[in-house]
Amino acid sequence: MSFPILKLIAQRIALGIVLLFAVSILIFVGTQILPGDVAQSILGQAATPQALANLREQLGLNDPAYIRYFRWLGGVLTGDLGTALTSGQDIASSIWPRLENTLFLAGCAAVVAVPLAIILGLLAVRYRNGPIDKIISAFALASTSFPEFFIGYLLVYFFAVKWQVFPAISTVFDGMPFLQRLQAVVLPATALTLVVLAHMMRMTRAAILNVMQSAYIETAELKGLRPFDIIRKHAFPNAVAPVVNVVMLNLAYLVVGVVVIEVIFVYPGMGQYLVDHVAKRDVPVVQAVGLIFAAVYIVLNIIADIAAILANPRLRHPK
Amino acid sequence: MAKTTTQTAKPETLLDIRNLRIEATVYPPGEAPKAVTLVHDVSLTLKRGKVLGLIGESGAGKSTIGLSSMAYGRGGVRITGGEIVLNGRDILKVGAGGIRKLRGREVCYVAQSAAAAFNPAHKLMDQVVEASLLHGVATRAEAEKRAKALFKKLSLPNPDTIGERYPHQVSGGQLQRVMTAMALCSEPDLIVFDEPTTALDVTTQIDVLAAIKDAIRDTHVAALYITHDLAVVAQVSDEIMVLRHGRLVEWGGTRQIIKEPRQEYTNALVSVHEIEHHEQKAEGAPFLSVKNVTAAYGGGAVKVLKNVSVDILPGQTLAVVGESGSGKSTLARAITGLLPPEQGTVTFDGRPLANRLADRPKEDLRQLQMIYQMADVAMNPRQTVGTIIGRPLEFYFGMRGAERDRRVTQLLDEIEMGKGFADRYPAELSGGQKQRVCIARALAAKPKLIICDEVTSALDPLVANGILKLLLNLQQQENVAYLFITHDLATVKSIADSIAVMYRGEVVRYGSKSKVLTPPFDAYTDLLLSSVPEMEIGWLEKAIAGRRMESAGN
Repeated sequence: MSFPILKLIAQRIALGIVLLFAVSILIFVGTQILPGDVAQSILGQAATPQALANLREQLGLNDPAYIRYFRWLGGVLTGDLGTALTSGQDIASSIWPRLENTLFLAGCAAVVAVPLAIILGLLAVRYRNGPIDKIISAFALASTSFPEFFIGYLLVYFFAVKWQVFPAISTVFDGMPFLQRLQAVVLPATALTLVVLAHMMRMTRAAILNVMQSAYIETAELKGLRPFDIIRKHAFPNAVAPVVNVVMLNLAYLVVGVVVIEVIFVYPGMGQYLVDHVAKRDVPVVQAVGLIFAAVYIVLNIIADIAAILANPRLRHPK
Repeated sequence: MAKTTTQTAKPETLLDIRNLRIEATVYPPGEAPKAVTLVHDVSLTLKRGKVLGLIGESGAGKSTIGLSSMAYGRGGVRITGGEIVLNGRDILKVGAGGIRKLRGREVCYVAQSAAAAFNPAHKLMDQVVEASLLHGVATRAEAEKRAKALFKKLSLPNPDTIGERYPHQVSGGQLQRVMTAMALCSEPDLIVFDEPTTALDVTTQIDVLAAIKDAIRDTHVAALYITHDLAVVAQVSDEIMVLRHGRLVEWGGTRQIIKEPRQEYTNALVSVHEIEHHEQKAEGAPFLSVKNVTAAYGGGAVKVLKNVSVDILPGQTLAVVGESGSGKSTLARAITGLLPPEQGTVTFDGRPLANRLADRPKEDLRQLQMIYQMADVAMNPRQTVGTIIGRPLEFYFGMRGAERDRRVTQLLDEIEMGKGFADRYPAELSGGQKQRVCIARALAAKPKLIICDEVTSALDPLVANGILKLLLNLQQQENVAYLFITHDLATVKSIADSIAVMYRGEVVRYGSKSKVLTPPFDAYTDLLLSSVPEMEIGWLEKAIAGRRMESAGN
């Protein structure tokens, strides 16, 4: 590892941190300009003006916006996400188990979807423009084109209602054995896989096809390599950067975009939690969840950037 | 590296191509796809250990024929007729698996651009031994040992460690030799060399050529050597085959082809470089002077021009010669203001030009025009020739409508193309025609100076010759001066009035053509001059023996 590459990576990380602060400001401002009043929503319509004024004073709502922002930010940086208005519970302690659940579900989907998408992409290139390529593309595009709730309900109808192999409701709880937990998330994970598969597969196919025009592919052909070995050994390593980028975008989608799936399968993850508290106009919770989702996006994209840098031999081994 | 005794059992004739016919489907814009024949019933035989040179211009079918010996058709090209008998069997009948077995084992390929032909993601050694391991010729340790021996034979620096490097860490000339080692590593019977030195500087070319020749001699491998440069092929071949438009023109021994060509076309190829150009006397005052210019990239980090001074006289040609990286094109960039000099001045008509392009008035821009090496990418593919040539007329002179069209037609006549081309798109033109359009576009501005940056390097010799003649005629008619950047000394002799030889950012020799090309030479000019291949058998050995310095690319 050499100096220029470390500098590049440090730049990416620094940029990510700056971005995260910018996002925190956006989230804060966004929730501030929403109509409604926190004190009002806590105390309800029947509250007296005096009680409202007292509560506002107590919550610090009368301070200027920037002071409230820094107070919130200071809390976030020290791990204190505030308390939920509706339940009065500490947000951090109720978020962690849910975040774990969401990451578990997203992880299960990713473990299946990423290798599958890449292998299908490689196969599509190997048999490009032939029936196998067309079938893979058609299947992947069809599964992406259906809205995820539709896929979710289809899965529930067949696998839970008709054949009764997997549960329709993905209940998980603390201390649940791993295998049982796995069984519980099979249907939502499958739905998620189907949603993200096509994008990654198509991108892998396009990135490799792009590389297949290169002169070194011809060199490999003229060495007598088998077509699939050429794709795997000579084309894929040069297509890693775009593939990693799209994989990371989809992983971010798996974490952030599970909202609908979690609601369908009543899965106790971040999505459920977010939807519940948006409905109750619980601003601190919405802020906290928004910030976590943004952080996931940014971190995954930084990882993608760094992986793309590391995949480039010119940067890894300078002259 | 001698071949094993098993070979004596094999037939004396290694490759026998009979009535080869190769077709491709072309998709002309706006027309139905149609099949065109690229190679018309060509036959050739090659004995074990012999070298056959395939020569001709682009489109002659040389590479197509060369690759057919590996049953390979580049870009959808199909072998539709004939037989290709390699080691006693027709390889068109052995099936996909059989073809894979012979590629990289019996026949190996050395590409024109090794820089593109190596996979940037893998170490050189992994790529060099790949075919040997794949075909089970050797174990990894044996193959690596052989590769290192070959690196040494091809006089690569650090033969024991160069395999650990990645392609981008090695220079172009070295990569070309590594590729030759890669081809030799699996001990094939035949190597197809496809213009292996064309992309290299002359001073590097001679090293690579000598290395290839030695390797062929010592390993007794047979070779098809494809090139458009007769002087190069004369150094390595036993026999030469001249091809044109996919047909055989002439086939004979090397001496016969270059000394006693029987066909008129071969004769044209042999005598192609000779343009009589009488040097114009350096009279009068220069209209453009470059004084002590120093320029650098990366904010002064990499100095590419060091204290360069040259003058250009009205209506004359200054040729700037040197290898890649010598600063030739950077000089052009400094003069045009694309790269503002750090020190020094460029004066035009007695007044200094603004350093930066953006600070120069339109009139100054008009006076300096450029023509580039790659005519393809220097034109907007979505504009017609008329629009491309008409643009400077509108921009500099405000010409519109019929007046502009008249002038475009005039310019098209001057470049010997005629009015009918005004409505064509660049994609419909040949390489030479594209370059002519670029010349017309530069002329349209009525400049005092046209900077020609390697304008003939990408063209076939005969076409390049036509372009040079055109440039000389236009110079007489329009009294335009040229700054002619090139690495090709034959071109310089044909066109220059004065010459500046550049080496590592400095002008090492400068003066009138006759003065620069008359001995005694400095070491670098000597190297440059002695590296230009001559159509003389045995020239290579003489040139290598007589050299006073190593080339920079080594």
